[in-house]
Amino acid sequence: MSQSVRFWWSGRAGVAALLVTVGICGCSKGGARAEPRRAGADTVRTDTVTPPAAPAPGGPRATIPADAAAPEDGQWTRPARDYASTRYSGLDQINTGNVAQLRVAATFSTGVLRGQEAAPIVVNNTMYVITPFPNFVYALDLTQPGLPVKWTYKPKPMAAAQGVACCDVVNRGVVYADGKIILNTLDNHTIAVDAETGREVWRTRVGDINLGESLTMAPLVVKDKVLVGNSGGEFGVRGWLTALDLSTGKLAWRAYGTGPDKDVLIGPRFHPFYAKDRGTDLGVATWPGDMWKIGGGGAWGWISYDPALDLVYYGTSNPGPWNPAQRPGDNKWTITLFARDPDTGEAVWAYQITPHDLHDYDGINESVLLDVPWHGQVRHVLLRPERNGYLYMIDRATGEVLYANPFGYINSTTGVDLRTGRLQYAADKEPELGKVVRDICPAAPGVKDWQPSSFSPRTGYLYIPHQNLCMDVESVEASYVAGTPFVGMNVKMKAGPGGHRGELTAWDPVGGKPVWIVKEDLPVWSGTVATAGDLVFYGTMDGWFKALDARTGRELWKFKTGSGIIGQPVTYRGPDGKQYVAVLSGVGGWSGGIVAGDLDARDSSAALGFVNAMKDLPARSTKGGTLYVFALP
Amino acid sequence: MMGRKLRGAVALAAALAALGCQRETRRFRESPPAATSETAVSMSELVPGPKTRDLPIRNPYERNAYAVSEGERLFNAYNCSGCHSHGGGGIGPALMDDQWIYGSDPENIFSTIVEGRPNGMPTFRGKIPNYQVWQIVAYVRSLSGLLPKDIAPARDDHMVAGPEPQRTEPLRPKHAFTPAAAEHP
Ligand code: HEC
Repeated sequence: MSQSVRFWWSGRAGVAALLVTVGICGCSKGGARAEPRRAGADTVRTDTVTPPAAPAPGGPRATIPADAAAPEDGQWTRPARDYASTRYSGLDQINTGNVAQLRVAATFSTGVLRGQEAAPIVVNNTMYVITPFPNFVYALDLTQPGLPVKWTYKPKPMAAAQGVACCDVVNRGVVYADGKIILNTLDNHTIAVDAETGREVWRTRVGDINLGESLTMAPLVVKDKVLVGNSGGEFGVRGWLTALDLSTGKLAWRAYGTGPDKDVLIGPRFHPFYAKDRGTDLGVATWPGDMWKIGGGGAWGWISYDPALDLVYYGTSNPGPWNPAQRPGDNKWTITLFARDPDTGEAVWAYQITPHDLHDYDGINESVLLDVPWHGQVRHVLLRPERNGYLYMIDRATGEVLYANPFGYINSTTGVDLRTGRLQYAADKEPELGKVVRDICPAAPGVKDWQPSSFSPRTGYLYIPHQNLCMDVESVEASYVAGTPFVGMNVKMKAGPGGHRGELTAWDPVGGKPVWIVKEDLPVWSGTVATAGDLVFYGTMDGWFKALDARTGRELWKFKTGSGIIGQPVTYRGPDGKQYVAVLSGVGGWSGGIVAGDLDARDSSAALGFVNAMKDLPARSTKGGTLYVFALP
Repeated sequence: MMGRKLRGAVALAAALAALGCQRETRRFRESPPAATSETAVSMSELVPGPKTRDLPIRNPYERNAYAVSEGERLFNAYNCSGCHSHGGGGIGPALMDDQWIYGSDPENIFSTIVEGRPNGMPTFRGKIPNYQVWQIVAYVRSLSGLLPKDIAPARDDHMVAGPEPQRTEPLRPKHAFTPAAAEHP
């Protein structure tokens, strides 16, 4: 049994009201059947009530597996910082006691006014920033006042690639490895440049815009392999994850997201936990005819790596087209979590999270690798706040789902059957050709999209930035024309229950439930970062960069940047020994396309229906492309 | 024998009927504008030397409601809607507003579709028959209110996305704001 007490508190400046939910609970036993929260239960009240102290996290707490943690060297060498994807920094110079004095130390204009989703990378006293298309990379010298540019690399991607980027021409960051900066360009090139000089070392074309493919994800380097996955679930691509040789850029292996086992790299080592994921050539058998060839299942999101098990984890995108009537079957291996051997690409296990997707619930979100006390044992798990609205805790050695509990409002499904691993659909929310189905929650971008969470071993909480959106849909027949969208769904999004469109949820992995929730009026489309100063940083789509108390969710500091924030904040130690926090400001992405792409709000279906939920954004943020670096005085 | 007056009246009635009917005419063989557009299209308002007036290309489909509704159907069938939604834009720019990168005249839009545009507009050359392109051109112009109200589509059978083209007021068609003084004497 669990009890929860709710307190209402309006933010310090009265901008965002805070809902603090304190869960006093034991963990629910056994098959934790997800109970969707009820609509309309949450309403924002503005009267001020002092929030209570958070429950003392003295009890059993989740920890970061030592092998997958990053050394505490003050650097930030990849967007998720460590292989466990915790985005946790052990720096504590900036903390709950002094964060109120945080102020701008430097700014830098990226020169591009599209959605800035990248994480700035910090290595060897240099910061590396990649812009949206045309994917400029800047190396900024952290040893000099004002962060002067050391070099600029311009990859000159094909302009036509902008036509196959479903949701703004974003890029989610570069990665450092072996003296090189590795980047992806929108027109399907993976490129290595010398981190010191910016000179190109190798350049490999991995995809084709005429098949609707593009690259927006941040590559991950594991041992001597660069891992890259394609985007294009809205263009009828055939998805894949590819490994390139770190020193030459030569293709080492490619694992497709659909098709026969030999293409998916399913072989003798493959042992899925659930019966539903076992069988031969399911990537063909679960599709009508040849539809798997244009069935999506790209890998445009996050990859984690467990060095102890020597497995990489990533999930695949939605199937194409969105109109589900055109692809009866489970549509494997779309929206599937894979564990693979990084050397060979062989699949070791897989778990299809959302079979026969009805609502564009891509499975590309981050897997945060943690060790969690669970029923008297420490389980080696990964936590996945999924787009379908459930937070999955999954054994990362076997693929067994330990729980799948909602972290937002859901009515499109009724839960996950932990015996079979199957997601249970709500029949009344299934799209039907020529029929309008209303109030499907969550909307297509899910309860959470690509924007990555962070985890603090000090509090034991996962900090999840996400949306609260629902939608009306009407499916229409999609015709496949290579290089053009393959969707077949008219969508109209709107705010979910309560009327606010975003939330930042602190989740207790052990209890399997939220500890506190901060409500934001706009979707929280930025990443979060957690620090040893017990702070959580994130940004809002109208440009506020905020610091919260990691234990209570209380807002301690905020600063208004020039444009909406949808980037990934990072923190590092500068050459002067001081701690800095950096973030890119510049609205766009799928949610901010209305501003970045000058879309017309009179058409509620614009930007795949997101515009309808964001009609007020042009009045609240203009375009931008600026790096902000903050420090204490 | 018919009297003169009567003949006149019949002719007038016939003419009126013909005019009135054009809106509803379903023509299955239409001669599209002869031009393939290549020569007659100007992309710039800046004309060096004495002002020359390029003769606007008349798109006969702009007087034919059936052709415009065909244009609407084709706009979805060729996946224009995948990138431009129902005019509000997405991957491609909004087509219902008054911002035109490559011009709003029929021949401009014709070239845009056939030739493609560098920043991601595919070229449909050889993929869509000419007469269908002109039907799409008429529909695209209706999205921003550039077609007569009695021709523009009035009702959308789909989940309502935006205002019907018939109710869309033209914001700023190309040339509309050229001040008189700017005309070359
Ligand atoms: C793959 C995506 C895609 C498809 C499919 C597509 N467009 Fe485009 N369209 C674009 C992009 C991107 C641009 C902007 C190009 C540029 O700025 O160079 C554009 C530009 C245009 C423009 C010019 C707008 C202006 O401001 O001048 C028109 C008109 C247009 N498209 C109509 C169409 C029509 C009609 C179709 C279907 C036959 C179509 N488009 C299909 C992506 C697409």
